[in-house]
Amino acid sequence: MLGSSASQASQEGDKRIELRAPAPAASAEDPEAVPPAAKIEVRNLKFYYGQALALRSISMHIYDRRVTALIGPSGCGKSTFLRTLNRIYELYPHMRAEGEVILDGENILGANVDLNRLRARVGMVFQKPTPFPMSIYDNIAFGIRLYERLSTVEMDERVERALTKAALWGEVKDKLRASGLSLSGGQQQRLCIARAIALNPEVVLLDEPASALDPISTQRIEELIKELREDYTVVIVTHNLQQAARVADYTALMYLGELVEFDDTETIFTRPSKKQTEDYVTGRFG
Amino acid sequence: MISLYRRRRFFNYFNMTASVLATALGIFVLASILWTLISYGFRGLSLRMLTDMTPPPGSAGGVLNAISGSVVLTALGIAIGAPIGVLAGTYLAEYSERGKIAEATRFINDILLSAPSILIGLFVYEIAVLPTHHFSAWAGAIALALIAIPVIVRTSEDMLRLVPNDLREAATALGAPRWKMIVQVSYRAARAGILTGILLALARIAGETAPLLFTVLNNQFWSSNLDAPMANLPVVIFQFALSPYTDWQQLAWASALLITASILGLNIFVRLTLGKREKRS
Repeated sequence: MLGSSASQASQEGDKRIELRAPAPAASAEDPEAVPPAAKIEVRNLKFYYGQALALRSISMHIYDRRVTALIGPSGCGKSTFLRTLNRIYELYPHMRAEGEVILDGENILGANVDLNRLRARVGMVFQKPTPFPMSIYDNIAFGIRLYERLSTVEMDERVERALTKAALWGEVKDKLRASGLSLSGGQQQRLCIARAIALNPEVVLLDEPASALDPISTQRIEELIKELREDYTVVIVTHNLQQAARVADYTALMYLGELVEFDDTETIFTRPSKKQTEDYVTGRFG
Repeated sequence: MISLYRRRRFFNYFNMTASVLATALGIFVLASILWTLISYGFRGLSLRMLTDMTPPPGSAGGVLNAISGSVVLTALGIAIGAPIGVLAGTYLAEYSERGKIAEATRFINDILLSAPSILIGLFVYEIAVLPTHHFSAWAGAIALALIAIPVIVRTSEDMLRLVPNDLREAATALGAPRWKMIVQVSYRAARAGILTGILLALARIAGETAPLLFTVLNNQFWSSNLDAPMANLPVVIFQFALSPYTDWQQLAWASALLITASILGLNIFVRLTLGKREKRS
């Protein structure tokens, strides 16, 4: 599936798929019967923008092959939290994180972590669609080429698979050589999702993926998120409470850099244990 | 109310008239230069200009050796200057946004951008002509490169800064190392702008005279030896225009027209093709 190349990257890619392979069969029988394993464990995570503390000691679990939504008013730190999970904040020298984010037993905040490998394992889709100024095909192939050397046929397959998974294949299969920028906003966003899942990541981070899109595109993205849950651990930041209720298995409410409450989505929205959560989900603050 | 409105309207008309007059004056000066050039130079244009070498006094000839020399010098200057300029611009835009080195580089670059070109000629005379004891095309190309570099650094940095950070984050989030992100995403997004900068620098150095006087000098004959003086249009124009011979003066006018038309053509070409492509993508 990943080609016969002997490069280290693709070997590890194969291993990843093997490790995951038995699980869907088990959960297919009765998905809720098997308690989910924690994919990521966050312990006492603090985040600083220069001197300003943006996350105050967050601890929570993110479960394997479930959708976890992060909600909360603007500036509560939910995007910041998301951006520590693939350490994308490292692009900016004045930002830093403390604490532990344990992905499959390894603290990814450690000094010896290969950031590029980490980001190949933890994909990310941003609020604004960000297609690269290249063809639709190359947008998908860009990330794959970083880690794997594939023949043209294999690459074609991978691109088709990613686009199919992102529910975009039918719309673009006749114009793969057209610029990614020629697509509509909703299509561009699905292209970005396809680009992220083309790398076979383990975790997909979505930072308000639908907030710049129209209702129909939003609906398609939400359907897509529910499908992604089959294969990936998904973390989504959203401003839209209904969206969290629709797509997420678990929901975390954040406020002023703190985790207010974290539970399964139904509990958060119907019988939260904290008054603050109830006020927020019923629209009384935020 | 009404008096305030009138006063504002008066000021509006006054300012607008002043701006229009200033613009008209500027354009008038430029247009009259161009017109003088065309009216004197056009007569001298002939096919011989493009086929014959520069003549000795009293005989007819062309400027073929100077044209070829100018092309060689300009191309060499850009070949040396463009990589340095683009890489320095990349450093400023992508690697060191607020560092002290970047601030210093930017400051020095701005000074170089407005430095008199004769200074650059003298500088290269010191470093490349004196040690070798002779004028050479290499020295000229170095001088031209030094003039092109600050222009390219500035435009490259500006164009790379226009690339949205979202794109950089997106490439990084796919696990792209920084250099791949820069080469495959930033450069691609800023390609048209960077190319425009290089071509504008080319137009700028194609007409430089002062730095060439101290470095390549001139050559009455055809030469393709980069280690020897080489003919070039700006210096030929300079020498012929100051000469007492009318046919030389005529040739200088025609050459000036030729060089101006080429630079104008290049500028128009850049604006039409690259500008358009940028909008489309």
